[in-house]
Amino acid sequence: MLCCYSQLKESKRAVNSILVDEDEDEDDVERVSWSGEPVGSISWSVKETASSIRSGSEQSFPKIDTTPSLSKQGSGYSLSSLSIDFVSDLSPEETVRRMQKGRPFSLEKFRSLQDKLLLLDEAVAVYDGNVITAVLIFLKKSLSKEILFRELMARDVALRHYVHYLKEMGEQKLLLMHYKEHLNIKDEGRRRDFLKSCLSLPFSQDDATHVQDHYTLLERQIIIEADAEIFKKFPRKASILNMPIITTLYYSCFYHYGESEGTFSSPSNIRKTFRISEKQYILTALGARAKLKSWFDVDSLFNTKNWLGYTKKKSPIGFHRVVDILHKNSAPVQVLQEYVNLIDDPDLKLSGALKYKCHDVVINTYRDLKDRQQLIVYREKLERDSPEYRKIQELLNNVQIRWKN
Amino acid sequence: MAHTEWKDAPGLPDFSLLKRLARDQLIFLLEQLPGKKDLFIDADLMSPLDRIANVTILKQHEVDKLYKVELKPIVSSSDQLCFLIRPRIQTVKWISDLVNADKVAGRFRRYKIIFTPQKFYACETVLEEQGVYGDVTTDEWNFYILPLDDDILSLELPEFFRDNFLEGDQRWVTTAGSALRLLQSVYGSFSKVYGIGRCAKMVYESWRELMEDGEQRTRQPEFAKVFLVDRDVDFVTPLCSQVVYEGLVDDLFRIKCGSVEFGPDVTSSDKSIKVMLNSQDKVFSEIRNEHFSNVFGFLSQKAKNLQTAYDKRRGMDIQQMKAFVADELKGLKQEHRLLSLHIGASESMMKKKTKQDFQELLKTEHSLLEGFEIRECITYIEEHINRQVSMIDSLRLLCLLSITENGLLSKDYRSLKAQYLQSYGIEHLLTFANLRQLGLLEEQQAGETLTVMESKVGKLVNDKTVGKLTDAFSSLAKKSNFRALSKRLALVPKSGEEYDLRVPRDMAYVFSGAYIPLSCKLIEQVLERDGWTGMEEVTRMLNGQEFAVTGGSSSSEARSKTDAQRIVLVMFLGGCTFSEISALRFLGKERGCRFIVVTTAITNSSRLLEALLDNSA
Repeated sequence: MLCCYSQLKESKRAVNSILVDEDEDEDDVERVSWSGEPVGSISWSVKETASSIRSGSEQSFPKIDTTPSLSKQGSGYSLSSLSIDFVSDLSPEETVRRMQKGRPFSLEKFRSLQDKLLLLDEAVAVYDGNVITAVLIFLKKSLSKEILFRELMARDVALRHYVHYLKEMGEQKLLLMHYKEHLNIKDEGRRRDFLKSCLSLPFSQDDATHVQDHYTLLERQIIIEADAEIFKKFPRKASILNMPIITTLYYSCFYHYGESEGTFSSPSNIRKTFRISEKQYILTALGARAKLKSWFDVDSLFNTKNWLGYTKKKSPIGFHRVVDILHKNSAPVQVLQEYVNLIDDPDLKLSGALKYKCHDVVINTYRDLKDRQQLIVYREKLERDSPEYRKIQELLNNVQIRWKN
Repeated sequence: MAHTEWKDAPGLPDFSLLKRLARDQLIFLLEQLPGKKDLFIDADLMSPLDRIANVTILKQHEVDKLYKVELKPIVSSSDQLCFLIRPRIQTVKWISDLVNADKVAGRFRRYKIIFTPQKFYACETVLEEQGVYGDVTTDEWNFYILPLDDDILSLELPEFFRDNFLEGDQRWVTTAGSALRLLQSVYGSFSKVYGIGRCAKMVYESWRELMEDGEQRTRQPEFAKVFLVDRDVDFVTPLCSQVVYEGLVDDLFRIKCGSVEFGPDVTSSDKSIKVMLNSQDKVFSEIRNEHFSNVFGFLSQKAKNLQTAYDKRRGMDIQQMKAFVADELKGLKQEHRLLSLHIGASESMMKKKTKQDFQELLKTEHSLLEGFEIRECITYIEEHINRQVSMIDSLRLLCLLSITENGLLSKDYRSLKAQYLQSYGIEHLLTFANLRQLGLLEEQQAGETLTVMESKVGKLVNDKTVGKLTDAFSSLAKKSNFRALSKRLALVPKSGEEYDLRVPRDMAYVFSGAYIPLSCKLIEQVLERDGWTGMEEVTRMLNGQEFAVTGGSSSSEARSKTDAQRIVLVMFLGGCTFSEISALRFLGKERGCRFIVVTTAITNSSRLLEALLDNSA
């Protein structure tokens, strides 16, 4: 893929350099407005109307008409009774057929439970969701809740349609639906209280933990925000309210790094409370400290003491990943070099060193591989008289080394 | 090169007829409300409407101002309001509120609601309940099909997927059936229908029912065969990253109704531009089905040719120049413009993909498809989540893992779910519930039967409803058997063999040689066998619901044009991707036939998953 990129650049240059004649005939070019919409399109017209409203709407008073409102002009027929006798004498099958085709129908004659159920089963049999829902609306009005539900228990398809209808009409009774209501509460304090009320709902064990976390998180976020307000310490750009846990952790690593575990805002507290894995924690802390260019803090993240008491560098994420993140945060070469050196896999190490121009690592690797050819090739990339250039020279002149090529 | 046009290709029917029919009906409906009126259009309908009847035509029929339907108070001073909407309860409630507000203010207006493609009884009930049923007139605009290109027809119903497959609501089944009936009445009776999927069966039945009612047309059919396929028969394909040009453009820029908006980074200016992407764009039509590794070479060659063509001017005399300007210059300028655009788009895509570590992402996807080094894939996905790279992409990878592996191990499911919720927000609990319900992201059930699960839930909950509901919805979920299917149908070519993308040998090229789209493979096999014989094992693994029927009299077959026998209509219920369309075009060339793709909507991994998100109010 990369080799084709140069082809692309070349063709771009070729196309852009084609000298065009001065005659600017625009008619083969589609006229486009400033916003990019083709002039005359629907969306352009809507935008035009909208902007003209903003720039001063017209002021006109509506006519006060004393004529009575329009008489019924039903192009469809309501579900309430019709006075057409023959229509109401139709069987369930015929009625459903009529409903499918949008013809007049009447459901009032289906008064017995048996008839109602026949009607419903017939609607299900023709697979038409529109008709099924219509019959259910009728049944909802003409049957008690208990009876309707009892009958729906045995009818999967009808039950699904009924639930969906209820959802759409704004009647939500089920567990997760109830939990979802929190999204409609804008005020964070009330939202927190609502989440607290959800804790007593019989969620599955796993989901209950998540809902608990959600409540705890929001509760803490409110406190952290309040503290930050009071002390006006940090020029925060955005609020952490309702942000995910990891984002909150990142914020904490950014602004509250090193605080004691006792405070809600400290990274260690968040890590513990939300049972964040070591891997996730290091990734997030790395991202935050690297962004702030705190290379010392980055360093400490990877220090562990081995059993002899010596400090060693370890990482739950591959060091090639660490280097990647450091590079994205514009870490200086010396810092990058240190971590490239820690990459275990020799291939990854070499490719990392080449990619990030960690000359010393490259040179040492080729030296260890006893690859004279590669050293020569690499030397040409370096500036003459630079310490690295001279280092290669020294190595090449070293008679003690048994080169393989 | 995968050209769309080839010698001896059967001619396609003229689908512009459908646009004219739709336009004529709309005009008729607008004229039912004579006089000046303001028109409110559903956001989803704006682009489709633009293809059918533009602003000029609307104004010719006394439409004064155009507004987008937004669920807030309106600022219109017109005495006549017309609403062109999809039959959604929410929208009808908003209109009712509007009418009631006017009533309270003592303001008299005429209101007309045009539902498209059809009315739903639930909508009328809302009008009745809100007490405005007598104050509005309602109509149906039976705009079922929008031709997006010569061989792509869309119902423009993205909601079909969620309504049908997640909610189990069959409201759009008749709509799909009606679309088929429309095609049949305009282009003649098809003689063979194949299909697979619950919804496919229902649509077929619905269509049959509708046909019985209408008159029997005796015109010569333009296409003989129809294939109906449910989206949930193949979830793997839409979840894979697309690598054919049109698919990439859709994944990165979002093609809407056949057009796309390119920003300043593509146009190399400070303006954005909206362009139509179809066979009219000569440059696009040559690269649209190509694997992107071929695109750059092609564009660069074209640029060179263009330079040569322009350079011809140098040696010309006046006569020749005049001829050149008259005949060729316009075409060259057009080509120049398009070329710049597509080169700009390609550059932008390259930059974005490099930034995303596209190579590694594809490697992981291919490993999942192959069933190779799954632990490494899980680690990759975990890191993807930990780094909060992209909410949708992380979900996509999780689903791909689940489907290819027949569900995640319990410990993996719980760990990855927890990490996802930590990274992207706990409100995604609902999204996970939805994905689980569809079978897109689930735990491997270690010997647990449903009744055991149900009784567990039953104990926790007082209302047995929840338990029964699980049952009702689980009847919709399907067990995935991807590995077995993949082996049986040879969907994943053997690794180790070199796959030449410049000269693709099969449909796997649309995924860089790593995977043949399951949906397209099924279509290929069924057409070859003229039915499902010999595929019992496969259909069993797909949970059955396959069918093949022959209809129409033998005389109608004899009367059909010979070309019609080589045109196959494929209808995707729940959405279809550009990769599948490209694969079918390739298949058509191989088999000497042409496919017309009808889809409820164009889809890709983002749209599919976004439809299932439940993390906002």
